[in-house]
Amino acid sequence: MSTETEPLLRVRGLTKHFPVREGFRAKGAVRAVDGLDFDVRPGETLGLVGESGCGKTTTGRMLVRLLEPTSGSIEFAGRDITHARRGALRPLRQDLQIIFQDPYASLNPRHTVGRIVAMPLQVNGINPPGGIKKRVQELLELVGLNPEHYNRYPHEFSGGQRQRIGIARALALRPKLIVADEPVSALDVSIQAQVINLLRDLQRDLDLAFVFIAHDLAVVRHFCHRVAVMYLGKIVEIGDRDDIYQRPQHPYTRALLSAIPDVTTLGPAGRIRLTGDVPTPLNPPSGCRFRTRCWKAQERCATEEPALVPQDGGNQATACHFPETGTISQGAGPAAVTAEEVSK
Amino acid sequence: MSLSPVEGVALAEIESTGAGPEKKGLVGRSPGQLVWARLRRDRTALVSGIVLAVFILAALAAPLLQRLYGVSPSQQFGDLLDSTGMPLGYVGGVSGDHWFGLEPGLGRDIFIRMIYGIRTSLLIALGAALVTTTIGVVLGIVAGYLGGVVDSVIMWVTDVALAMPFLIFALAVVPTFSLRFYGPRDAVPTWFAVTTLIVVFAAFGWTGTARLVRGQVVSLREREFVEAARASGAGLGHMLFRQLLPNIWAPILVAFSLAVPSYVTGEAALSFLGVGLPESVPSFGRMIYRSIDYLQTDPAYVFFPGVTIFALVLAFNLFGDALRDALDPKSSR
Repeated sequence: MSTETEPLLRVRGLTKHFPVREGFRAKGAVRAVDGLDFDVRPGETLGLVGESGCGKTTTGRMLVRLLEPTSGSIEFAGRDITHARRGALRPLRQDLQIIFQDPYASLNPRHTVGRIVAMPLQVNGINPPGGIKKRVQELLELVGLNPEHYNRYPHEFSGGQRQRIGIARALALRPKLIVADEPVSALDVSIQAQVINLLRDLQRDLDLAFVFIAHDLAVVRHFCHRVAVMYLGKIVEIGDRDDIYQRPQHPYTRALLSAIPDVTTLGPAGRIRLTGDVPTPLNPPSGCRFRTRCWKAQERCATEEPALVPQDGGNQATACHFPETGTISQGAGPAAVTAEEVSK
Repeated sequence: MSLSPVEGVALAEIESTGAGPEKKGLVGRSPGQLVWARLRRDRTALVSGIVLAVFILAALAAPLLQRLYGVSPSQQFGDLLDSTGMPLGYVGGVSGDHWFGLEPGLGRDIFIRMIYGIRTSLLIALGAALVTTTIGVVLGIVAGYLGGVVDSVIMWVTDVALAMPFLIFALAVVPTFSLRFYGPRDAVPTWFAVTTLIVVFAAFGWTGTARLVRGQVVSLREREFVEAARASGAGLGHMLFRQLLPNIWAPILVAFSLAVPSYVTGEAALSFLGVGLPESVPSFGRMIYRSIDYLQTDPAYVFFPGVTIFALVLAFNLFGDALRDALDPKSSR
């Protein structure tokens, strides 16, 4: 992936605060996402990883404008879409789609598969050559479903098949970027692999860019070109996949990666155990947000917030005053560990 | 333990798909078809459904029945009454010509008046239920989906409408209404009385449906398929009526089928209180109102309309319950 290409998606200072009210008085805000900067280039996959509640999903929903950002900007293909109204958004909707986590909630139970997949075409008034039905059947075939199943209802399908229907729906408008919000975490491991491989094939054939939100580090390593690690509403480290997985610089990334179970080393050896809980996003710690659980925290971390800057002039940027150096040894096994387990 | 109807269906489905030949074995069934299959297996639904069908057919075919029966609802048979105005014969004058006997005083045939009474009752009840359900669904779905200020305003209006005493309102408004358009001596046309009743019912009846629908929509609003439609750029109309409405048909249908009997009794109550339909229109409420005077001297006059209205309301309620069970396979009954 060359760095020179113009980014498809450019996010700057993206922030989402959810106001907390007590009666009519505002009582502070949950700072779910607090100033994100990242780019996604055409055909690239950016993985967004982190614990539960770190703002991954909120970010994804802001990107497709299901949530209105509090501040910051989202630029898509050179156009600012941060606060675009529905009419202005319409042409962009076709380039920007989302795949949801729960294949059981994301399909309307009262609609046939054909209607579900045709919905984006219909609401945008698109009549593809050969008719909507033909296009829908092509899409079903593209995601590995039998086009004959056009008239069936979602309850007649398994979880993996339902997720494929969701993917077909997202592809209906021929998007350039798909936000995949934990698209496989609700599926069995064997089905996960099928769906991930499907996404990879689609990416290759259709030149799709993905923002891939996940907490499964093994899946992210398999699928993503670049990875952004989030903690409490901020990106703590972003870089190319191999850099992140082999030379993590942020202590949190190290802790996260060390939690991946490895069959070659038994027991807690080499595992970084974080103590305490994730602080509340209602009132995040001053300075570096990770300092309350960081073993390297010093005075400076409490007063000065570390900026997300490239440490050694490379593609990898870390928000830490005292970044780690050197590679970590790690089994390459496809072990699935969830970031959620880190905090336990 | 006997199988519940739902389990029976599930078993039957397994058997039919497992044992049947491959060609016709695996036929996809829509949720609607599943409901229909469950409803057909429910004996209560079957019986109450048949009773309802008979009532509705009788109401629709009233002129035809009148021709077959050979008596018109306004025809008076003074020669079959004794000098005090009581019908001759037993049980209020039941005979081969007059199946349910005659009205004391005027000597009109009770059976044919009841057939026409069913017609009026069902017309008003179905009309009122249709109007209230439509208003309730539209307001509820808009309030639930849009939320915020719109939701608050609609729910305030709902609360106000709920707080108004229906009966007092109806007693005050209906006569005023007809006086406004017709003089105190003019005969109020039937269509006007019927419309007034439907309007009065509609003004109060929509609140329950609106709240029900709003609650359902609030729980659906955050579902991912709704967000998927929003992410595709769907407009408000598509969201409300294509995505949300198909998912709340079940409670709406049940609310509708339970609203109809309450309007049947409501119309009877208002006619009983004298603010419903004019004397010339056959109606249950009127009949029962008049019959109360003869409770001791001619109990049959109370009995036939009373039992019929009871059967009609009971059938509607049982059918509504059965429909709810069929639509919600998770309910325990």
